[in-house]
Amino acid sequence: MKTFNYHTPKDVKEASKLASSSSAFLAGGMTSVPSMKLGLATYKDIIDIKHIKKLSGIKVSGKSVTIGATTKHVDVATSKEVKKAIPSLAKLAGGIGDAQVRNRGTVGGSIANNDPSACYPSACMALNAIIHTNNRKIEASKFFKGMFETALKKGELIEAVEFQIPEKSNYQKHPNPASRYAIVGVYLAKHKKEVNVAVTGAKSSVYIDKDLSKKLSSSFSSSAIDGIELDSSEMNSDIHASGEFRASLVLTYAKKAVEAC
Amino acid sequence: MASLVGSRVERKEDKRLLTGKGRYTADINIANQTYAAFVRSPHARAKIKKVDTSKALKASGVVSVLTGEEIATDKIGGLIAGWAIRSEDGSEMKVPANPPLAKDNANFVGEPIAVVFAETLDEARAAADLVSVDYKVLKGVINTGDAMKSEAIHDGIDKNLCYDWLLGDRKAVEEAFAKADKIIKVDLINNRLVPNAMEPRACVVDYNTASEEITLYTTSQNPHLSRLIMSAFGGVAPENKLRVVAPDVGGGFGSKINVYNEEIICSWASKKIERPIKWIAERTESFLTDTHGRDHVTHAELAVTNDGKFLGFKNETIANLGAYARVFGTVTPTYLFGPCATGVYTIPAAYSNVKAVYTNTAPVDAYRGAGRPEATYTIERLVEKAAMELGIDRTEIRMKNFPTEFPFKQTLVHTVDSGDYVSGLKKAKEMADYDGFEARRKKSESNGKLRGIGVSSYFEACGIAPSAVVMSLGCGVGLWESSEVRFNPTGQVSVFTGAHSHGQGHDTTFAQIAADELGVPLETIDVVHGDTDKGTFGMGTYGSRSLAVGGIAIVNACKKIVAKGKRVAAKMLEVNEDEIDFKDGEFVVTKSNKKKTIGEVAFACYLPGSRDSEFKSPLPEGEEPGLIETSFFDPANFSFPAGSHIAEVEIDPETGEVKVEKYTAVDDFGRIVNPLVVEGQVHGGIAQGIGQALHENTEYDETGQLITASYMDYTMPRADNFPEFNLGFTCTHATSNPLGVKGCGEAGAIASPPTIMNAVIDALGGQEISMPATAEKVWRACKLLKKTNSKAA
Repeated sequence: MKTFNYHTPKDVKEASKLASSSSAFLAGGMTSVPSMKLGLATYKDIIDIKHIKKLSGIKVSGKSVTIGATTKHVDVATSKEVKKAIPSLAKLAGGIGDAQVRNRGTVGGSIANNDPSACYPSACMALNAIIHTNNRKIEASKFFKGMFETALKKGELIEAVEFQIPEKSNYQKHPNPASRYAIVGVYLAKHKKEVNVAVTGAKSSVYIDKDLSKKLSSSFSSSAIDGIELDSSEMNSDIHASGEFRASLVLTYAKKAVEAC
Repeated sequence: MASLVGSRVERKEDKRLLTGKGRYTADINIANQTYAAFVRSPHARAKIKKVDTSKALKASGVVSVLTGEEIATDKIGGLIAGWAIRSEDGSEMKVPANPPLAKDNANFVGEPIAVVFAETLDEARAAADLVSVDYKVLKGVINTGDAMKSEAIHDGIDKNLCYDWLLGDRKAVEEAFAKADKIIKVDLINNRLVPNAMEPRACVVDYNTASEEITLYTTSQNPHLSRLIMSAFGGVAPENKLRVVAPDVGGGFGSKINVYNEEIICSWASKKIERPIKWIAERTESFLTDTHGRDHVTHAELAVTNDGKFLGFKNETIANLGAYARVFGTVTPTYLFGPCATGVYTIPAAYSNVKAVYTNTAPVDAYRGAGRPEATYTIERLVEKAAMELGIDRTEIRMKNFPTEFPFKQTLVHTVDSGDYVSGLKKAKEMADYDGFEARRKKSESNGKLRGIGVSSYFEACGIAPSAVVMSLGCGVGLWESSEVRFNPTGQVSVFTGAHSHGQGHDTTFAQIAADELGVPLETIDVVHGDTDKGTFGMGTYGSRSLAVGGIAIVNACKKIVAKGKRVAAKMLEVNEDEIDFKDGEFVVTKSNKKKTIGEVAFACYLPGSRDSEFKSPLPEGEEPGLIETSFFDPANFSFPAGSHIAEVEIDPETGEVKVEKYTAVDDFGRIVNPLVVEGQVHGGIAQGIGQALHENTEYDETGQLITASYMDYTMPRADNFPEFNLGFTCTHATSNPLGVKGCGEAGAIASPPTIMNAVIDALGGQEISMPATAEKVWRACKLLKKTNSKAA
């Protein structure tokens, strides 16, 4: 690992000021630290935001669950409030990586990285999340821009993620057998007026499957989507799963998710 | 005193290993040490035109940069193949030179080209990036099946063929096949695996400029053998100036048998730069350069009668050696594979033909089971398919062809001294509730799942092995084992063994054996291994040989201790030797019940006199003082563990996921020294075998880049992939050693891949799929099955 300057700002303002074109914010470090060790990423300044109290914690209102950016997966997975308001969100957090990862990894880190096979982005999309940064509020649908790309600008820091509480929801994941990331993850949320089927792992970035969402919005049962053929042409293909297999898994898990609701 | 052999003694070493007090090579630091970083070939096959080290030499902290030029100039020898195999036509096998640092040609991704030594690890790595190598990249030969049709990668080795080996009688097989009612055929790929020992390879070298002695701390399964090879073939130092220490080693599975490039290079370089050197492999270096396992392409046939008798067997296999032939590389696909390919069956005629090929991939060598998992997979897939095609129950067809009399002269090489295959399979059926399977299958079906059952009966030849036999088959050394047992004057015992424990539990099991032989408490015994300066000599640990060969050397050395003790006790008790019995640590005069403990006798052996008494030595005339004995044991035969395993899997046809629902293993390891340790060995073996069957695969792309070079892509099985294993044992004693023991370390990994695959294929209605049975392969097979079933309906 190359040497770097390590900063521990006390508040968001100070953190933001330290940011430059050769800096990175560090939360759990579950992606950035291995990348730095492997020499895939090098930074002059590492700005550790773990110590900024304001960025951590869970708040539940009647309509939404707001989770601070540096809240660890384990805290979301075991939170009574989250389990009651959006049980599928707690389940998703409890299935990320392994115990060590869940004890360090954070929701803010996960969505800022926008790994195409990460679990959290699908929850953001399905639950109409609003990403609160130090400058603005961004709707999830406008936040995830593409593989490892988000709407965040340089120096912009996620403070919290606000998830809309749905009527019903469920998360289903087909894990990569090696890394246990999602080969395909389907987050299904039934809101008052709509059903969202968000998919991670299948394409270059998380997306809402409009066809499945529409069909389930008009009839919320697995038979409504039975027999649909999903287009696999844009699906990822690798040694663990072809696009064709992924397309089939999306449908299978969408059905399982409906049935589990 | 109750016998310790046979009891569930908790492992003595666990306190050390489980509390972080183990001492591994990486824990060893020598004052003033430098750190090594290797420059490795990024190409599978390339000519090395020029290596420019000038920038690296000027970099901060760099002590030295060495290349293949220097190692050639210093006449340091290369890596070796330990077994010479002859082709069917009588010609010797073809082996390419394998210099520790490649000078002219790079032959696999990860092959070392140069090495940097620097004051810190970061400086060494940074400088390694500055070494500039000018390559002419050539098209590599990657695929096992295509190797013989491709351009030769080594000069003078036509068709990339190391040997074309035959065991058995082709003519007799053809005659048997002509008489058959049916020929069962399979085409199999035995997937390449990366051993993945928990501790990566490492070495620390300390050269003493005054004594000119090199001390090499390394991750080896066989330190004495490493010293022999490095001295005799590497020319690194004479054996008396080379001490090899393999301290706690975190798993080997065969991958730490070989002497590797890095050990030779660092030992040679430490002498050259007159500084200690430390090197620890990164995990990716382990993936790229540890010897891999398996990688066979097999076509096999079984000739059967309609009522299920086996008449003949043929096996045509291409085995991938990787870029170079290493210590067990050439024997693994021949004598460790071919003879066992006829399995636990009486088959009148058989042959195994193996073509071993070179490719531009990491060298392939022994990996837990070495040849025998490949053999068992071959025959057990055939037998299961025969049962299916003939409509005979899978267990009945096996029983029908089991030998019932022992010794059993197996078709190709071995005479199996003892066994009872029928009882083993019967017991496994009972424990697995084999007869209740159809009800469970129906229940799974009602939940939309497919359920399958699979059986595998195996035997294996391990406890390698009789020197006379292995040397006649081409082995470069004899495979005896030695031990030295030292009684200290104050009564504790040190047991030195040439076997090496890297997870097997020898500290405990060997102490149990010695405690029983000597009649002393377990706590007073220490087992010492892993240091060429301690103990006699040894061939190390692999091929499930530690107990069946090394353990017997301990027994025999203990017997010599008791024999001398008896002579001394007789003098002390003033009786004749034949009037004394040795029991529970005491020499007892049978008539008078007068006695001396073995501790008293040991004390007397070291202090044969007293200041206050008239001189009267307790030692008989001509007896030397001291109580230390050595034994070398060379067994008369291999040991032949055997058993039957039964698995049940459940498949979700929508997702292709395979869940192992039940796993039953019934094994015959002869006499069991410590059931707790044996069960642990079986668990580990089964887990590794299930890993091969369902999860693990080593994939190179067409240019020879290893695309499964990290745990992000290489699927290691995890605890949640396994059910609770249901273990049972039967026991027939081995007749080739006085303890009656058979090896147990590899059996699980040998039996489980076919057991699981037979179950998966059963669930899939007999559709063949290859290992590993990953979700997508299984999903595709389920789709096909659905199509076939709907057509049939």
